[in-house]
Amino acid sequence: MTKKIIVLLLISFFASVLPVATTRAETTTEITVSAAISLKNAFEEIGKLYESQNKNTKVLFNLGASGDLVTQIEGVAPIDVFASAALKDMDELESAGFVVKDSRTNFVANSVVLIVPSSSTIAISSFEGLKKPEIKKVAVGNPKTVPAGRYAAEILQYYKISDTIQNKLIFAENVRQVLDYVNRGEVDAGIVYSTDAMVKQQEVKIILTAPEASHKPIIYPIAVVKGTKNERAAKSFIALVTSEEGQKILSKYGFKPIASAK
Amino acid sequence: MLCNAERICAKIDNSLLFSLKLSVQVATVATVFVVIVGLSAAYLLSRKNFSGKELLDILLTLPLVLPPTVAGYYLIVLFGRNGLLGLHLYAWTGWSIMFTWYAAVLASFVVALPLMVKTARAAIESVDENFIRASYTLGHSEYWTALKVILPLARKGIIAGTILSFARAMGEFGATLMIAGNIPGRTNTMPLAIYSAAGSGDRSQATIMVIVFTLFSGFFLYFANKLSRRVL
Repeated sequence: MTKKIIVLLLISFFASVLPVATTRAETTTEITVSAAISLKNAFEEIGKLYESQNKNTKVLFNLGASGDLVTQIEGVAPIDVFASAALKDMDELESAGFVVKDSRTNFVANSVVLIVPSSSTIAISSFEGLKKPEIKKVAVGNPKTVPAGRYAAEILQYYKISDTIQNKLIFAENVRQVLDYVNRGEVDAGIVYSTDAMVKQQEVKIILTAPEASHKPIIYPIAVVKGTKNERAAKSFIALVTSEEGQKILSKYGFKPIASAK
Repeated sequence: MLCNAERICAKIDNSLLFSLKLSVQVATVATVFVVIVGLSAAYLLSRKNFSGKELLDILLTLPLVLPPTVAGYYLIVLFGRNGLLGLHLYAWTGWSIMFTWYAAVLASFVVALPLMVKTARAAIESVDENFIRASYTLGHSEYWTALKVILPLARKGIIAGTILSFARAMGEFGATLMIAGNIPGRTNTMPLAIYSAAGSGDRSQATIMVIVFTLFSGFFLYFANKLSRRVL
């Protein structure tokens, strides 16, 4: 019995080790792009376009909250490109010395919207409406790591309702989780990017777009991460993102161009 | 400057104490339910024959094999506001378990239950059949026999199961994150608070919490060992 178990364990051990060894041998160039999760759909399409233009380069995506991504890179994760949903996270990474000089550029802008589940029957037309007693739970990103959560906090402060609705706030680990909470009807309202709301047009209803004065401008920067082994591929990926083709894909998903994007 | 540092320290202490307290509270309540449900299930599984017995055993053991994220997903499907059961609960009471500390208890309960069932079942099955027959021969009811003969004789396994369940409940992370969320001051148990601190690059707070949690768990195991040695 014990012998059988040992043999089984050995087999499963080797089975798990071997495939890694064989796939390693045939790799071509691979670049890993850490990107704010709001970029998910647009970047996946750009990644496919990049792969079709550069036949032996594979693009892998590591998507999450910008703050989490910064922590990973600072922990020396093998990342080649970083695209953040806020200048703050990129600033942080740059001042810690993890950004390749002159590779940084702003490439797209976004806006923030208030959404409710499309099945919702609660009458709400403004951010102040979140004070209504029928609204029991409001999902926002965790301001510590999620840029969308920081913009949401700024908006709530702008309308002077952050204290009154503090107890209703449900913090999510990234902006797509906020979208999912609203989509499933777990919460009564949520604050996400307009581009996220577009992903679930059927399931969520946009109440209004936050006016630009109510929060810091939402600008997405992108840069090559220091220590990359594929600097050329990383740079050409960024070039594709900022090119006319890349911008066209981004605008298809609702992102807005910015003047300084080259 | 000093005042500022003090304020930061006070903030760390407060949120740390809250998380630790919440973790203990969640694990304790979950363990109480685990003991009640787990013992009943273990008794049924070891002493009774009924159809679907194996199925019940598999269902109760599955959370041990499945990753907590799978358990969390099932719980969302069942207890979410639009979930199979949650829908009716919400329609009736206007209350949903999601994002409350009860959800953390539920998650801990589900993942800790198999440890109790498995250990208690093995312990009950190893009780000498002769004692049980003797009790019946002396005219005692099944209920009395279970309570006064079987459970005391199986106490070693039951205590071990309780300790394991509590430990598992204290460390529960995945399913809790999925159904209770990570809400500061409400549902952020120690494991979640540590995840947040590490994720947001707050190394110093993460380090403090990790040390406190490790020390606490060490003490828990020490006292649990001491207590079980005294009882046995």
